[in-house]
Amino acid sequence: MTVIAEAKRASALRNTFGGILGVFILLLIGVLAFSIRLFSVIKYESVIHEFDPYFNYRVTQYLTKNGIYDFWNWFDDRTWYPLGRVIGGTVYPGLTLTAGSMWWLLNSLNIPLSVETVCVFTAPIFSANAAWATYLLTKEVKGTGAGLTAAALLAIVPSYISRSVAGSYDNEAVAIFALILTFYLYVKTLNSGSLFYATLNALSYFYMVCSWGGYTFIINLIPMHVLLCIVTGRYSSRLYIAYAPLVFVIIHVVALVYYIKGILSPKMFKVAMTIAVTIGLAVCCAVIAILIALVNSSPTKGWSGRSLSLLDPTYASKYIPIIASVSEHQPPTWPSYFVGINVLAFLVPAGIIACFSPLSDASSFMILYLATSAYFSGVMVRLMLVLAPAACVMSGIALSEAFDVFTRSIKIQVPYLLDRPPCGDINSESSIAQNDVSNVDSHAPTDKAETVSKESSRKNQKKEKEQEIVEKVTSESQNGKRLPVLPQEVSAVAILLLTALGGFFVVHCVWATAHAYSAPTIVLKSYTPDGLHVLDDFREAYAWLRQNTDVDDKVASWWDYGYQITAMANRTVIIDNNTWNNTHIATVGAAMSSPEKAAWEIFNSLDVNYVLVVFGGLVGYPGDDINKFLWMVRIAGGVFPHIREQDYLVASWWDYGYQITAMANRTVIIDNNTWNNTHIATVGAAMSSPEKAAWEIFNSLDVNYVLVVFGGLVGYPGDDINKFLWMVRIAGGVFPHIREQDYLAAMASASFDPSPISSAVSSGILLPPTPPTPPGSPEASATQQNPFFYQRAS
Amino acid sequence: MAKSTSSDAQMLIRSLRTAYAATPTNLKIIDLYVVYAIVTAVIQVVCMGIVGSFPFNSFLSGVLSCEGTPVLAVCLRIQVNKENKEFKDLPPERAYADFVLCDLVLHLVIMNFLG
Repeated sequence: MTVIAEAKRASALRNTFGGILGVFILLLIGVLAFSIRLFSVIKYESVIHEFDPYFNYRVTQYLTKNGIYDFWNWFDDRTWYPLGRVIGGTVYPGLTLTAGSMWWLLNSLNIPLSVETVCVFTAPIFSANAAWATYLLTKEVKGTGAGLTAAALLAIVPSYISRSVAGSYDNEAVAIFALILTFYLYVKTLNSGSLFYATLNALSYFYMVCSWGGYTFIINLIPMHVLLCIVTGRYSSRLYIAYAPLVFVIIHVVALVYYIKGILSPKMFKVAMTIAVTIGLAVCCAVIAILIALVNSSPTKGWSGRSLSLLDPTYASKYIPIIASVSEHQPPTWPSYFVGINVLAFLVPAGIIACFSPLSDASSFMILYLATSAYFSGVMVRLMLVLAPAACVMSGIALSEAFDVFTRSIKIQVPYLLDRPPCGDINSESSIAQNDVSNVDSHAPTDKAETVSKESSRKNQKKEKEQEIVEKVTSESQNGKRLPVLPQEVSAVAILLLTALGGFFVVHCVWATAHAYSAPTIVLKSYTPDGLHVLDDFREAYAWLRQNTDVDDKVASWWDYGYQITAMANRTVIIDNNTWNNTHIATVGAAMSSPEKAAWEIFNSLDVNYVLVVFGGLVGYPGDDINKFLWMVRIAGGVFPHIREQDYLVASWWDYGYQITAMANRTVIIDNNTWNNTHIATVGAAMSSPEKAAWEIFNSLDVNYVLVVFGGLVGYPGDDINKFLWMVRIAGGVFPHIREQDYLAAMASASFDPSPISSAVSSGILLPPTPPTPPGSPEASATQQNPFFYQRAS
Repeated sequence: MAKSTSSDAQMLIRSLRTAYAATPTNLKIIDLYVVYAIVTAVIQVVCMGIVGSFPFNSFLSGVLSCEGTPVLAVCLRIQVNKENKEFKDLPPERAYADFVLCDLVLHLVIMNFLG
């Protein structure tokens, strides 16, 4: 008896130790998730990033200042002038209410943090919560070991960090936590069948709906999973309790079917089935006919534009340019997958396989979640965020199972090394003399606890050997499961490699966070030969607006900057990032694309006082309004047919034709194909003629822009000045009035005062320009081609 | 053919009736409650068809509360039913307490939505 009592105490001790270790690990994971997101606060300052967070910050400020009733009924007249915007009814209140409540709670405890600080640090706090929720979710699917691994992976996975750094005060910061929590409560309800967890599930889903538009993912995924369970024959009453308190119809039918099946004899059930099927088919056909008629009557077949672009990725670029123009809505490339989830990309398939053995309701749910989120992330790069938790859970399961197998292999075979008969852990393992069979409790704590228990078990080894034999026989008869055991060296090397893999993942995550995701786009860094410059132009511009204009002045800009202008400059804007009114945006786009007079009239009709334009040419900032110009034209063209993209033509020498059509997407007059010599000669004549004659030639070709390459500032030798004489020659071949010698003579004409230069030439300081030689001739490479400039003799 | 199907249907109804008569009383009470709630929902839909759907959110909250409580009642029935092997460890008091809690949350939402 004392043997069994000791065995039980030792196992209880092990379980407690494992539990404490688990809690400690979870705490560390929370701290890790919080601290890795603080790079931008350390490098720059505690400031809110990007564009959308400024709107959320402004809403939170209003909420904390005016209270919740004013917030619900707020009509904002400082945006979308002259239309205004109903903020109380159109905003997702989850994020602002959460941050507002945290601020209120801290202030009532006399911790006077400013609203901005609370907003900046909301995202890191909630990512720690999300990591803990991932632990709970994976524990329901596979066990505590997998849970801890998955939580650690989610804490540092880059694609989640990208939307939840300190300062990124956006909906996803709390929405991902709500998503994982809802999934956890759903799986918990499924596993336990308790109505209490069903209620919590509904409340958590409600929180998700308040926070983010991605709630449609949950409300579509859960019914899909219910359907999958029904179709694969895994219906149970727990499924009904998990799903019905959330929503309906088919599961009622199935529940009824199972209920009737339970109370009828088989023969009667068959009769009932035939009657039910015939009636049911008739009703179904009627309902489907009505549904098809309803759906067909709406132009987009009942879907919204953004959801439709998820199903048909080319839809947005054809019909709704404003959705296609957002860079986050583009499909991701392979590099973005590797930057986003790195090592997890190939651990996920292993996780899927691990979920299939054994297949439970919870693991089938995870597989479905992963499959759908993988598809949607392939369509829109922003949705990689939804893929991240699924990938972490699957990879956590895979890693945990792998470590299970390897450590088990080593543990079974260590006694052989030490010349002892094999002995397993008490109460949860029993090993048999054969080398390759063992039973492992899949909910065992991490292997640190197992090594401790191994030592304690060796002490008791001799005492309960007889006990073991009895246990062996009974357990073998209960479940004769043969679990894989690998050779020891393989296991040791594999454990080392997996640990190294984890190390690489951590290194990558920290690098990606520090370099890619920690830049507050409101402050820019540029490295010039003079050193590091920090460009605060955005905030300086907004401060200028705030201090030097009237409170009621209206500022027009492209929609990207709307939120920032209202938040920081406190001026009324015409359009902002909400982009709810496409015609209004197209109006501003038309103004940006029109000539000055037409643009002035458009802006005047909108009562605009100031126009804000971002130009990045001086520092090489690639995301300025010039870069976005073609989107302005496209969006305006979608509403105003007189603005056509192909109107913005570009004429240049033929070298740049292909580049211009490919990269700038403009129509060119001539390009590298050079099939039409007369056309090339016409452009050459225009380039070689005086201004009036050139204008007439370009006007006859409907040219709006002329592109000329000049390399004099940096010493670029292949520019259009270098090619000029060829333009003259080719034009001269078709238009006889353009003669080469006219241009050489211009250098030596009387209007050009050569005296200081000719004296320098005669004294040998300067070399005179040499007449150009045709390419391919022996002199071409020997001397430097210099038909125009006087060169210093060196 | 017709005679056999009609006699089959009669046998079906008879066997359904005898099987149902065997259920214990507390489950029958729950079933009665479910029927009552669904009938109330149908009455509300008919009333909306006659009178019109303004204000729509009140109509929605009325119908949804009449659909929500029977769902929860069915869940309670599943958990309390002694024939269900999965729930034999669950004391019926706990199941009833869960049902009450869920109903409270449901009606909180409904009251808020009534407008």
